[in-house]
Amino acid sequence: MTTLANPGKRDRLWRSCVIALPYIWLLLFFLAPFAIVLKISFADPVVAQPPFTPFFDWAAGSGSRILATLDNYAFLLEDNLYWVSYLKSIKIALVATLLCLLLGFPMAYAIALAPLPWRNLLLLLVILPFWTSFLLRVYAWMVMLGKQGLINNLLLSTGLIDEPLQMLYTDGAVYLGIVYTYVPFMILPLYATLEKLDPDIHEAAADLGAKPLRVFYDVTLPLAMPGIIAGSLLVFIPALGEYVIPALLGGLDSLMIGRTLYDEFFVNRDWPLASAVAIVLLLILILPIMLFQRLQQKADT
Amino acid sequence: MTAQDTSKDQKDREPASQNGACNDAPWLDPAQQPFIEIQSLTKRFGDFTAVDDINLKIYRGELFTILGGSGCGKSTLLRMLAGFEKPTQGRILIDGVDITDLAPYDRPVNMMFQSYAVFPHMTVEQNIAYGLKKEKLPAAEIKQRVTAMLELVQLPELAKRKPDQLSGGQLQRVALARALIKRPKVLLLDEPLAALDKKLREQTQFELMNLQDQLGITFVVVTHDQEEAMTLATRIAVMNAGNFVQIGSPSEVYEFPLNHFVADFFGSINIFDATVHSREGEHITVTLEGSGTQIRTRHAQPLASGSACMVGIRPEKLLISKERPTLEGHTVTSGVVEELAYYGNRSIYRVRSENGRLIQVSAQNYQRSAALLLEWDDEVFISWESSCSVVLTE
Repeated sequence: MTTLANPGKRDRLWRSCVIALPYIWLLLFFLAPFAIVLKISFADPVVAQPPFTPFFDWAAGSGSRILATLDNYAFLLEDNLYWVSYLKSIKIALVATLLCLLLGFPMAYAIALAPLPWRNLLLLLVILPFWTSFLLRVYAWMVMLGKQGLINNLLLSTGLIDEPLQMLYTDGAVYLGIVYTYVPFMILPLYATLEKLDPDIHEAAADLGAKPLRVFYDVTLPLAMPGIIAGSLLVFIPALGEYVIPALLGGLDSLMIGRTLYDEFFVNRDWPLASAVAIVLLLILILPIMLFQRLQQKADT
Repeated sequence: MTAQDTSKDQKDREPASQNGACNDAPWLDPAQQPFIEIQSLTKRFGDFTAVDDINLKIYRGELFTILGGSGCGKSTLLRMLAGFEKPTQGRILIDGVDITDLAPYDRPVNMMFQSYAVFPHMTVEQNIAYGLKKEKLPAAEIKQRVTAMLELVQLPELAKRKPDQLSGGQLQRVALARALIKRPKVLLLDEPLAALDKKLREQTQFELMNLQDQLGITFVVVTHDQEEAMTLATRIAVMNAGNFVQIGSPSEVYEFPLNHFVADFFGSINIFDATVHSREGEHITVTLEGSGTQIRTRHAQPLASGSACMVGIRPEKLLISKERPTLEGHTVTSGVVEELAYYGNRSIYRVRSENGRLIQVSAQNYQRSAALLLEWDDEVFISWESSCSVVLTE
């Protein structure tokens, strides 16, 4: 038998393969597409197939010439439209993440404190909506929120309102849609963290003189932090680039960056500019996460 | 079975004090004010009665141990003292103040948890300071008291460490320090030594006793380990099915168990069936089933003549020899060595007696060759002083 300390040749090869697999995955499905998008973002749009200029000019006689241009990035800075939709996206994603946290924390905590046989059932209920198509569920919200929708009809028939409320095509509807869709992604990591906490710890804090709110603030919250961060990232990242929900539930002013991106690609067919929008979006996402990880590592050592 | 304090009626046959932590026995003095008074305390969970109408008085400075198997209600009792469970009925008084309705954070009581429940996100220092910070004491005083406490539990060099960098024994000290720093009137300890290995246990046991002696805080310990209870306690309450079966000093419950349950809980005991022959005052004469040997010993509880009872004798009270002993007042029986186990300091023999019973004998190997004298299948005599045996009820 080969031991861990002195692996045989075949073992080593096998191990390299196992380690290589995720890297190959990342290379094929993340880095390569990213490189292509990055390349396109430095091109000029043309009416052709594909609709952008090549990166290298092979035709220019001796050797090749790089045809990269930063025009697209410059344009992003100049035109208000992009900044406005970036900021709006960040705002909506942040608020939605916060709402998910406020809603998800008590739910996750309640599940973690529930008797053991109940927990799996409750978790199942949390992920149950995923069994139906996401698009279908968003359409269902449209049916409920519309002028002639379920909610308006109900309110009208009880006499609480005289005329239908404008709920669909508002920012409120976008928040509702995002929170509804992404709250399970908040609950699951939070539950995983809270469930591991030693229940004695809370009693110990109470025993040492902390009132319930204090116990939560001193003990529960700091120990739940890994779950809060994981859940927030899982909600914030997809929410920032969300396209379907604002497109279906949002109004004209709910212009999120996903919508802008879609319009540039498919309506204006300006692939280079759209690629630049996508690259900037990626930077907006990656920079804070990297910064956070750096801080985390510092705190750990 | 009823809970009763056997101390008083056993006063004459048992010296009052046998534990260094307690110079006198306040529970024998009717004029003494109890420090903790539990009055007809009951806790029910649905149909299940965890603690059943318990009365108990614990005195200032005692190291009181509640001993019982799992599910006997001892932990529920402790949690009611700490305030984590609300009693269904009854009151708890500490130092004359009724604390039954106080929340855990308002009680003059602190608890050391079995899991230690040390805050994993705080350093040792922060853990210990936590209780004082909740009291909103000035920073300088907190600092000074934490330093002194670290000194007391011998952890000053680990002040800045996080709990995941500590060993089990060190965590135990942090938990203890954290519970002691508020100078509680009563310290509750839930299986304080259960998570430690054997060597560390013995050492910690003595440290715990010394600490209790130094600080004079009343300790209430809950444990399932009879050895832990015996060495730590000034008094032991043996608990079963939500009731106290017997309350007494360690030697009382060991040497004079009231019934089979208590006798069996503390170490091993040989049990013989017997019938009551006669009684006179505090003495009772019983006839052993089979051999017909009559044994006269002390027994405080009333037992009618002719009724069935049991006679118990501890293995270490038995003498084993190849020659028939001729000692005055000894009961003698013979048998054949069926099993023997050598432990170094002592040997355990299992002897099949003439009437077919297996009797366990524990003999000190007081000589180097002592263990070699007896072999399997040797014919031996077992004898014991009649007064060493104890009459038990079911």
